[in-house]
Amino acid sequence: MMRLPPFLYLAPRSVREALSMIAGEGPQASFVAGGTDLYPNMKRRHQTPKTLVALRRLRELRGVRRLPGGGLRIGPMATLTSLEAEAPVRRDRPALFDAIRSISTPILRNMGTIGGNLLLDTRCNYYDQSYEWRRAINFCMKCEGETCWVAPGSERCLAVQSSDSAPILCALGARVRLKGPRSEREIPLEDLYQEDGIRYLKKEPDELLSDILLPPVDGVRASYKKLRRREAFDFPVLGVGAALRFEGETVREARIFLGAVSSSPVRATEAEALLVGKALTDESIAAAADRAYSVARPLDNTDFEYAWRKKMARVFVRDALHAVRSPAEGREADRRRDPA
Amino acid sequence: MAGKRAFQQIGRSPRKVDGLAKCAGATKFADDLVLPRMLIARLHRSSLAHGRIVSIDVSAAEKVPGVKAILLGRDLPTPFGILPVSEDEHALALDRVRFVGDPVAAVAAIDEDAACEAANAIRVEYEPLPAVYGPEEALAMPEPRIHDYGEEGNIHKKVALEFGDLEAGFQEAEETFEDTFFFGGNTHLPMEQHAALAAVELDGRVTIWSSTQTPHYLHRAAAKVLGLPASRIRVIACPNGGGFGGKSDPFNHEIVVAKLALATGRPVKITLTREEVFYCHRGRHPVLMRVRTGVRKDGSITAMHFKSLLDGGAYGSYGVASTYYTGALQTVTYRVPRYKFDGVRCFTNKPPCGPKRGHGTPQPRFALEVQLDKIAERLHLDPAEMRLATLQPGNSLTANFLRIGSMGLGECIRRVVEGSGWKEKFRKLPRGRGVGIACSSYICGAGLPIYWNAMPQTGVLLKIDRGGGVCVFCGETEIGQGSDTVLAQCIAEILGLDLLDIRVVAGDTDLTPVDLGSYSSRVTLMMGNAAIQAAGRAKDLLANAVSEKTGIPVSRLLFAGGRVFDGEDPSKGVSFPEAAVLAEAKCGTIATTGSYTPPPSAGRYRGAGVGPSPAYSYSAAVVEVEASEETGIVVPRKVWIAHDIGQAIHRTMAIGQVEGSVYMALGEALMEDMAYRGSRFGVHKFPSMLEYKSPTTMEMPDVETYLVEDPDPAGPFGAKEVGQGPLLPVIPAVANAIHDALRVRIDEVPITPAKVLKALSAKDRRFGPTSFPDIPMPPVTRVATPAEGGTGRALEHETAAGGVRGGSRP
Ligand SMILES: Cc1cc2nc3c(=O)[nH]c(=O)nc-3n(C[C@H](O)[C@H](O)[C@H](O)COP(=O)(O)OP(=O)(O)OC[C@H]3O[C@@H](n4cnc5c(N)ncnc54)[C@H](O)[C@@H]3O)c2cc1C
Ligand code: SF4
Repeated sequence: MMRLPPFLYLAPRSVREALSMIAGEGPQASFVAGGTDLYPNMKRRHQTPKTLVALRRLRELRGVRRLPGGGLRIGPMATLTSLEAEAPVRRDRPALFDAIRSISTPILRNMGTIGGNLLLDTRCNYYDQSYEWRRAINFCMKCEGETCWVAPGSERCLAVQSSDSAPILCALGARVRLKGPRSEREIPLEDLYQEDGIRYLKKEPDELLSDILLPPVDGVRASYKKLRRREAFDFPVLGVGAALRFEGETVREARIFLGAVSSSPVRATEAEALLVGKALTDESIAAAADRAYSVARPLDNTDFEYAWRKKMARVFVRDALHAVRSPAEGREADRRRDPA
Repeated sequence: MAGKRAFQQIGRSPRKVDGLAKCAGATKFADDLVLPRMLIARLHRSSLAHGRIVSIDVSAAEKVPGVKAILLGRDLPTPFGILPVSEDEHALALDRVRFVGDPVAAVAAIDEDAACEAANAIRVEYEPLPAVYGPEEALAMPEPRIHDYGEEGNIHKKVALEFGDLEAGFQEAEETFEDTFFFGGNTHLPMEQHAALAAVELDGRVTIWSSTQTPHYLHRAAAKVLGLPASRIRVIACPNGGGFGGKSDPFNHEIVVAKLALATGRPVKITLTREEVFYCHRGRHPVLMRVRTGVRKDGSITAMHFKSLLDGGAYGSYGVASTYYTGALQTVTYRVPRYKFDGVRCFTNKPPCGPKRGHGTPQPRFALEVQLDKIAERLHLDPAEMRLATLQPGNSLTANFLRIGSMGLGECIRRVVEGSGWKEKFRKLPRGRGVGIACSSYICGAGLPIYWNAMPQTGVLLKIDRGGGVCVFCGETEIGQGSDTVLAQCIAEILGLDLLDIRVVAGDTDLTPVDLGSYSSRVTLMMGNAAIQAAGRAKDLLANAVSEKTGIPVSRLLFAGGRVFDGEDPSKGVSFPEAAVLAEAKCGTIATTGSYTPPPSAGRYRGAGVGPSPAYSYSAAVVEVEASEETGIVVPRKVWIAHDIGQAIHRTMAIGQVEGSVYMALGEALMEDMAYRGSRFGVHKFPSMLEYKSPTTMEMPDVETYLVEDPDPAGPFGAKEVGQGPLLPVIPAVANAIHDALRVRIDEVPITPAKVLKALSAKDRRFGPTSFPDIPMPPVTRVATPAEGGTGRALEHETAAGGVRGGSRP
């Protein structure tokens, strides 16, 4: 069945109103942004909120604003398409631009928002199926069932964090502001996620994502490399976001996040350490890629053979680092890896 | 008939008769139809791969507001199926379910939400049975049987045929090659999901509108299962939004809506979800193949033994024919003087397999053409030259008694070799880049109908009104391939009219003469010949009347530009409407018919029914790929493809069919995979268009198409098929190109990056199956080849083999 269940649709005009509506409706309510992730999930009966609090009208949540000191505030309701046209993204943070540009199709990016992209439900091909299909496997731990069919011994759900913008925004050191009916907090984006395919966000259901904050570019060079089957539509089955801060030739800080290999973006801390304090050489790149490979633990719940996906982690991290060193090198590596 | 004369319509590219409506969104597909008081139906499908139904509880479903009727298997107990030898389907499961997705119950309700809710509220209790998910498992587990008919255990069909003295052939060989290949299953993926609408007239007659490629076969099945005389049922085939073979079986949902309409007295419509289309399937069989081929040093074949093992899925469908097809057409491209074929089809607990573009022949073609590439490599021959030197000649009889007419494969090879710069590229491109070549052939309609009968395979009825308008009626079905336009073009050509003067009425069992359907690439050839006959008869009537009136001898009268005139003095003559009036005054109402029956096949042995065709099309393709040694990712860069079409009727549509075939073939070669989780309840791994990977326009390389036109005497205006054949060479050409690029052999499709990487690190630089199970075969049917003086009958059991069994003609 691919029909939406009935629900009440509320359209608040301010963040304050949105928060009081969600508080008033209780746990049966959910926010909706572009709906490109939520509505398909509702059709599959993953979520059946009785009330949707729509964020479309909230101007305060839209747009891109430069902050004093060179940082950036991105409104979570900015559509992916609108961000493609923003100079602070397109020109100043090309890695973020590449990630956004790689999401699905132009049609989806017209509706989908950056906030929705960060909060995207985790994915698994035992889960992203119709109600009838899931009935045939007696459902699974993530929704209505008990067992995790990917790893029946597993205590937790291993569904995959599949956002393209999350790894690169984590690498770029993004922070997010969350507003609840009673409280408000600002945390590093990476701390929003946790290793659990069901409770993949450290966020209360009534907390609204109100701001995405980026530090100044400040000597940081970054890249995003995505593995997927086709040049359109497809979710990442591996995404590598790498951001390195240079002083002259020397790497001062390195942040590498792998997406789509776990239930949260995975930080390749040991690989990062191998890069810091020296120039980015072929050797240090190769060593870091080797180390990053070991944190990638893909499972048999997305497209492609998972053993092959794991092998690709090394290649993609290496190429992401080459692209950081020089865009031309990055393009050369892209061709070697995937002649398309 | 098909000399080099100038045509008015044929070979050009007039606007398709349905083109504007398609562009404007005005075409009415089955799902677009809405009738007053219409109900919506939903099927409750099995969530178990194999089991006995213990009980079905519909009490909760009945209580859903808006529910008007619920059907169970016992309401439609008569079995049906496309082939008379395997009528093993029920509209709704009687007591057994055989795959996840097998329909069990049906609901009609006032809207889709209510129908969905009620269908989900039906509770079925099953007694689970052990299930099998592949032919090897099916061979190992004869009990419980998925069906209680077939050869034995879970083997549906075995075929063993031998043409000529095989061992003598292998004795003559200077080298013998033996290879094992696997072709994974894939599906049609038409853009339009199946839909059907049924309505009952006050007098009890039923009309079914459906997205079907075969309204006549649906008509027969519906009459049988509904228990109504065929005369009370009318089937209307709506334009199909793509078929590719996926809409050529009679389906559960079509019969169910008719029954629901009868039960409620209201029109009932069903539109399947995309997931359900995956369950209807009947697409490409997964086939394991073992090929042993003896060759001389020059690459000529002395003998071939081809074995195939088909994973049939849960029902018969076209499977018996598919099994034969995996062995039938090996002989029509290159000389194969002695040939043996062993084919086995098993039942498994998955959606049934059947015909998809190329029906049963892309799998063996892949095996054959990749093996030829290996042979050429070992013998140090250029694979294009080697093929050219061993072509089966035109106007010949093959070892298995297929009658070849025109044969343009040599020209096809020369065109793609030249166009692609083959000589400069093969073995000469830098590592990671390569070219591969492969060839193929396909039938232009099967010689025999699905059910035995002595009637024509197609009929055309033509009526001319007093205003000069022509209405042409034919049971053919427009599935996007352009058959309506081809029909109008054939009529327009003969009568000298514009396409706008011709109204096509197609695919309606009440109004149109039978055409067996849009499958097996039969429509252009068969319908076209019938159309020429009908139009020719009408032309004679008009010409006689005009001659009588004007005194111009009939032999000098020409029909062109909407006029009938004197070829020697074009100013003398009448307009077409005037001619129509003269003819009606002379003979009464002007209506003519035409029909077409294929020539009898030369083979008279049991099994000779599959393979014969009035004509064979030929194709050759060169594919250039780039392949990454690091990731195994393969990207097709360009495809050059030549197709021997005899004569293009509509040039642009013909090229469209070629390009579409290339697109579909690249998907099969590199991505598409009907994968199931055998260890997880036997569910389809990803019945959705997001996760069942098929290429998008982003993945599509440039295609250079060459139409080779050497008219075939059997075809209308010399035309042969183009809908399926061009798919065939592309898949092996990709595999051969990967070998040229990376020196690895991938003997299995789809060719995924992981398989390429595994081959790169394997000792033998190969990825593919290595073993083929030992299956006891029935006594082989031996047939002496034409060269050995054979008559086309089997050597032993002369009389039995000449009988009606197995589809051969008495
Ligand atoms: C066919 C297809 C392909 C796709 N391909 C990709 C891809 O390649 N890469 C990729 O990254 N994604 C992909 N997506 C996923 C997705 O739709 C997008 O990532 C999109 O950006 C989601 O944004 P949205 O505004 O539509 O989110 P919604 O669907 O509106 O929301 C998603 C979730 O976030 C919550 N939410 C949204 N905004 C807020 C907020 N401000 N505060 C609190 N909660 C909020 C909602 O309650 C919901 O749970 C694909 C989706 C589809 C259907
Ligand atoms: S990882 Fe396991 S529990 Fe989570 S969605 Fe997949 S099958 Fe279900």
